[in-house]
Amino acid sequence: MRKLLRSPKIVIGLCLSGAFVVLAIVGPLVAPYSPNASSSTTSGTPMPPSAAHWLGTTQVQQDVLSQLLAGGRSTILVSLVAGAVATVLAVLFGVSAGYLGGYGDDLLSMVANVFLVLPALPLLIVIFGFIGRGANPNDVLIGAIIAITGWAFGARQLRAQTLSMRARDFVDSARIIGERKWRIMAFEILPNLVPVVATSFLFTVIYGVGTYTALSFLGVISLSHWSWGTMLYWAQNAQAAQQVRLEWWWFVPPGLAVGLFGTGLALLNFGIDEYVNPRLRAAGLTGRRARRAGLPRRPRLGLTAVLPAGVTAAAAAAAAGRPAAAMDGGAVSAVSATAGGVIPGSAVAGPPVTDPVLPDEVQQ
Amino acid sequence: MSMASTERSEATPGTAAGDVLIEVSGLCVDYGLGEGAVHAVVDADLVLRRGEVLGLAGESGSGKSTLAYAITRLLRPPGLITAGRARFRQSVDLLAAGEQELRGLRWNEIAVVLQSSMNALNPVLRIGRQITDVLRAHRPDSGRGARQARAAALLEMVGIPADRLGNYPHELSGGMRQRVMIAMALALDPKIVIMDEPTTALDVVTQREILEELMALRDRLDFAVLFISHDLSLLVEIADSIAVMYAGRLVERADAAAIFRAPRHPYSLGLLSSFPPLHGPHRQMEGIPGSPPDLRGTPAGCSFHPRCRYAFDKCRTDPPPLFDLDGAPNARGGAPGRAAACWLQDGTRAVPAELARPESGTAGRPEPALPGRPEPGRAVPGRPVPEPVVPEPVVPEPGTAGPGGGQP
Amino acid sequence: MRMIARRIGLYVITAIVAITVNFFIPRLMPGNPALAVIGRVQASESTQAINALELQYGVQTKTGIWGQYVHYWNQILHGNLGTSLNSYPASVGSLIRAALPWTIGLVGTATVISFILGTLIGIIAAWRRGSWLDNVLPAMTFFQAAPYFFVAILAVALFATKLGWFPQSLGYDTATLNPGLNWAFISNVLDHAVLPALTIVLASVAGWTIGMRNMMITTMDEDYVLIAQAKGLPKRQVISYAARNALLPNVAGFSLAIGFIVSGALLTEIVFSYPGIGYLLITAIGSDDYPLLQGIFLIITFAVLLANLLADFVYAFLDPRTRQEA
Repeated sequence: MRKLLRSPKIVIGLCLSGAFVVLAIVGPLVAPYSPNASSSTTSGTPMPPSAAHWLGTTQVQQDVLSQLLAGGRSTILVSLVAGAVATVLAVLFGVSAGYLGGYGDDLLSMVANVFLVLPALPLLIVIFGFIGRGANPNDVLIGAIIAITGWAFGARQLRAQTLSMRARDFVDSARIIGERKWRIMAFEILPNLVPVVATSFLFTVIYGVGTYTALSFLGVISLSHWSWGTMLYWAQNAQAAQQVRLEWWWFVPPGLAVGLFGTGLALLNFGIDEYVNPRLRAAGLTGRRARRAGLPRRPRLGLTAVLPAGVTAAAAAAAAGRPAAAMDGGAVSAVSATAGGVIPGSAVAGPPVTDPVLPDEVQQ
Repeated sequence: MSMASTERSEATPGTAAGDVLIEVSGLCVDYGLGEGAVHAVVDADLVLRRGEVLGLAGESGSGKSTLAYAITRLLRPPGLITAGRARFRQSVDLLAAGEQELRGLRWNEIAVVLQSSMNALNPVLRIGRQITDVLRAHRPDSGRGARQARAAALLEMVGIPADRLGNYPHELSGGMRQRVMIAMALALDPKIVIMDEPTTALDVVTQREILEELMALRDRLDFAVLFISHDLSLLVEIADSIAVMYAGRLVERADAAAIFRAPRHPYSLGLLSSFPPLHGPHRQMEGIPGSPPDLRGTPAGCSFHPRCRYAFDKCRTDPPPLFDLDGAPNARGGAPGRAAACWLQDGTRAVPAELARPESGTAGRPEPALPGRPEPGRAVPGRPVPEPVVPEPVVPEPGTAGPGGGQP
Repeated sequence: MRMIARRIGLYVITAIVAITVNFFIPRLMPGNPALAVIGRVQASESTQAINALELQYGVQTKTGIWGQYVHYWNQILHGNLGTSLNSYPASVGSLIRAALPWTIGLVGTATVISFILGTLIGIIAAWRRGSWLDNVLPAMTFFQAAPYFFVAILAVALFATKLGWFPQSLGYDTATLNPGLNWAFISNVLDHAVLPALTIVLASVAGWTIGMRNMMITTMDEDYVLIAQAKGLPKRQVISYAARNALLPNVAGFSLAIGFIVSGALLTEIVFSYPGIGYLLITAIGSDDYPLLQGIFLIITFAVLLANLLADFVYAFLDPRTRQEA
């Protein structure tokens, strides 16, 4: 744990995402106004930030800051619910598929693969479209529905990891002494998959934020239910970005909030990934450190660096500052996603049997 | 397509200065910079002569591969050469050479064969392409047809039908892949082939076949071999001389027969009794107690002392230098610098009998079929080479790929 | 080609699932909202049209649910996606056909550019690991985490509104130009496409870059890359040996990413009022045009499956291990 906290990515990620969660809890309590309240019914022009409205107002003189705080609660609640539900589904499908093998695996993997290639957002639009904008939205229900389209990727990762776990000695011995299958899965395999489950959860939370924001931006979810996406819907509707006098205070805060919350979660994910897969972390010598140590150039593959004569190792070490063990590079993990663009990677907890990203069919 | 045209050297590994291919002195290699740096190789001296098979022995983590890769400048970051000299043919300073110069040297003069040929061959390219690419890079004037013919001849030389050129690595067996690697290594008639545990991943039978072929090829083409292995008794069978490494330091250097008959360092003695020799007298299988030191914190004094049954006070405080034993009474004339880094060998102490055996005396024991090169047709023993009595190291070399790599 | 066959099997199943889901969603929703919409158009339309709608949404019909399902399949297989409620009597098919070329042109081009660009940057970033490029990557994370349409709004605000370099919206200047194969029209279309395309590239390039970089780093640890160096091959060739292998998982990842990219791109179209599928989608949402909504869902699904299949062919071409029969 302490080792985890030494990674700057983990620390920054925790601070960023933690701050948003805190805001989601206390935000609506400290908000200066009701998000729906108009401070004036006569003016139809959004007002820039002022002492009365720190983030300005919307077209109908609602307080942007209050909307941001109210919308944050809904957005973060939906995304956390989506993450939690999707992770449970991913564990159920992934670990079972990986452990059971055979036809069970084939069937579960196929279900996961279908959900993986089915375009999620259009499907959700149809579902929410039929639920109707009139319905009073429930954040937990929205999160659960989003989760249905977001669990498959985590399931796939967990399946690959379970496959590699299954062959390990401790699982074998549990099998030999006659442990029940579900007990082996729950108590022998699952604890070893914690990093993968964690990245899978973070991944779906990011997915949940992006998807929920997109759905509210499209207006398929009640437009009076405040979320960051709804704010962007109204800003776009009023052409805030197209006005000669840019109404940036209206659309920048909610978009930035989505981006920063997602970035925080992604950094956490990277940190965990590097913790699990040190190859991404041990970046070797950065150019700056190498220069300070007196190396003529950055060490590269196929050209091992040679400390020039006259520069003693001790002097180089002093110049280089931090101990080598703490060397860090800008390694960024493969596991990272937003609703906008996903390059799936993996968090690897030990040598995987197969490369989790390759289509199953490819791994012969 | 003419096979190697290098003339066959009849002489035993010579001592003339012109015959020195690689000369390493005082080489130090670290992983990383700063206080936390791991000293993987400390003050290594090595000479590889023309046509010689030099064995580099030691447990994993002893720095033997690190040393070999550092000499060729192939060691990956954060590996870093911090001191010493390494020269090729006494004219090229390998540590000062630039990218261009090294590129010209690589494969032309120094080729490499790695342990796992599955990973050493590019999985998405046909093996023919992987042999011809090196010809195209180093012999740009050669025609396409000539390169193809050369590749076919090379394959046949290692006993693989030429029509396999169009195959991908995954279509070949492990033994075939390793043969392809060897064929590839010989493509440009190099002076030196570095072999890093080339047969470790193979089964016993294949291992023996390949070693036999390798030694036959070596006789014909007269390249020198730097053979890295943790299996000292295998090295005893095939090498002319042997250097033993422990915790990044060279602890003993001698010719193969001498080290087999009369090890001078307790570690060499331990390594020899870790593997059953196929030739020669049966020894008691003892192994070495304990495990190799964590390179981040090697013990004070001689780094082997915690595992050494002969250790005394001085060993715990002062690191022993490499004592030159050439002048010792039992040294064979002309053998390249016999040396051992052990306080027992500083000439002032009584040496335990097992570390003071005569090098050439038979002492009533049957003479093993040694040394070095097997006669054609003579079986080179291969054996499964797990490391049963030599435990895994605490710290793997950071430069080598660790487990859990499957990052897609 | 067994791998391709298996993938095609998966896509067929996915298509069947999509069509079936599409059929059942309106029937599973409490108080069938389609009812209200049908009521809305009832006054003005012919009985025949009403009957078709009733059959499609399973209200007040004498046909059983199985019969409705078979009927639905029959319609789909004949390419009949129904009639738009909002633009009655235009068929859903004709509306999508008009919008599709815009989307394919914009999203297709931007995605290909983004993939190639991201892959190249990823290769360079991995090869020059430890250089300043490492510091650019965390910044890219933000663009990956921010929604596409937010990036689009920022792009409009900055480059169109503030700087005036590009038009703010639309696919071409509808006020002065008529579509045709003349230079004035084509250059106008290109002019309008640049900013949306740049937005999609900017929002999606980080994903490819980070994925490729990490794959390259892993691949560069492989022995065959070390051997390529040991062989003294030119640097360019060593990089290409590593990249060729590192590319494989990225291509495999393409199939997972394409759905997200298409979705994000549709939202980008909305910000730009670009006359593609995305814009059609928002009008369908705004007017509760269910047949159009569902038609768009199916078309996007089919397009994504097709893109997946293309990626599979590229993969099989790149990886000899999948080409061989076992």
